Amino acid sequence: MRVPSRVISLQSAVCLLGRFPALAGADLEVNAGDVVLLAGPNGAGKTTLLRLCAGLLAVRSGRAVVLGHDLASDRRAVRRSVGMVGHETFAYDDLTVSENVRFATRAAGRTREDADAAIVRVGLAELTGVAHGRLSQGQRRRLSLAIALARDPRLLLLDEPHAGLDAEGRAVVDDVMANAPTEGRTVLIASHEVDLARRFATREVAIVAGRAYEGRTAVAKVEPLMKVSP
Amino acid sequence: MSILRSSLLVAGKDLRIERRSRVAMQQVLPFGAIVLVLFAFALDPDRGLLSRVAPGLFWTAVLLAALLAVGRAFAVEEGNAARDGLRLSGLDGIAIFFGKAVAIVVELAVLEVVLGLGVVVLYDVEVHGLLLIVAAAIPATIGLAATGTVYGVLGLGVRARETLVPLLVLPAVTPVMLGGTQAFDAALDGRPGDGWPWVQLLWAFALLVVTLGALAFGPLLEES
Repeated sequence: MRVPSRVISLQSAVCLLGRFPALAGADLEVNAGDVVLLAGPNGAGKTTLLRLCAGLLAVRSGRAVVLGHDLASDRRAVRRSVGMVGHETFAYDDLTVSENVRFATRAAGRTREDADAAIVRVGLAELTGVAHGRLSQGQRRRLSLAIALARDPRLLLLDEPHAGLDAEGRAVVDDVMANAPTEGRTVLIASHEVDLARRFATREVAIVAGRAYEGRTAVAKVEPLMKVSP
Repeated sequence: MSILRSSLLVAGKDLRIERRSRVAMQQVLPFGAIVLVLFAFALDPDRGLLSRVAPGLFWTAVLLAALLAVGRAFAVEEGNAARDGLRLSGLDGIAIFFGKAVAIVVELAVLEVVLGLGVVVLYDVEVHGLLLIVAAAIPATIGLAATGTVYGVLGLGVRARETLVPLLVLPAVTPVMLGGTQAFDAALDGRPGDGWPWVQLLWAFALLVVTLGALAFGPLLEES
């Protein structure tokens, strides 16, 4: 698939959760190969921005174009080329690691080999026959990453990618982020652990009250609001 | 991926989940059987009455158990936000509709065979007109499954889903209850000629619901 040079283009994008404007006129331009860190306090709109870019939410007003597709008219086309790791795993408790990844892979028109390769890459090769419901929290996060990677997405959306992972799991996530540009992926990372994500980010964007502010200076201003309690 | 292959993928996934979790076998089927037994207790004083009203009791038991099967088919999409995964999969809404409906059809078919045997044993029914019975059961099952699938997705994300979906499904499947009961009654009563018009009604209902469901499911999934 040919990837446009402008992967994400949001212009005054407004997104409602119920009646609440979770995105209140966000502007954001992301180019192919960018690894963008989204930083902001809880409720700022980071997850909403990711879900919007994944085609899971509708844009209420403004314009949102992702991978060349207008989200107002063609969200399904966007979803085919997007991988997302969110707070939830999007997996079925009663299916095994292998079955969950293969289902997503086949739905995307890709092969069993793609599924197996993704499972190996996230370090779950020993657990292919274990049901999602029996996995630990960290293993579930890795499975979620495998589901996203098996589809070979052009745009990878990572919501708190380090959360709940041990050192080995974090190394897997780091490897994915570090190699994203050479693998032809554009990445958006929403994270409270700014220092961890910053190592791989080529750009930093602060999200505050549903709006996006570009630059490290803007992120530095919101960092005190994001400190995780010890 | 074609609609057919996508549908089979979704159906296979749902049936694998059911085989693994055994909810259909351990809860839905026993529930249907208990309903049959309760009817037997309620009407036991008049054994003749039981066999006369057996078609209606059979479809009532199937319908009540089907509500559980439909609820289960969509409950699995609620956990871990699997519903979002389904949307992210890029599968066509029509394919998801057919896939989920086919899985429910398979479960209901098993349920109907078991409950049918239960009716024969418990209600002392002599089976006549098996061809008519099967011919009526097929569109009735498709109509039930398709209706349940449409209203099941409507209930996704709704807090009161467990009570809302039965409230919507029960009135909507009145043609299945009516047509299925009348066709079975005609078959068991040795009047097959009276049953075939009801089979036509059941097919008309099934085709209507399948068509409307295929068109509506995608947008409903988006709004869920």
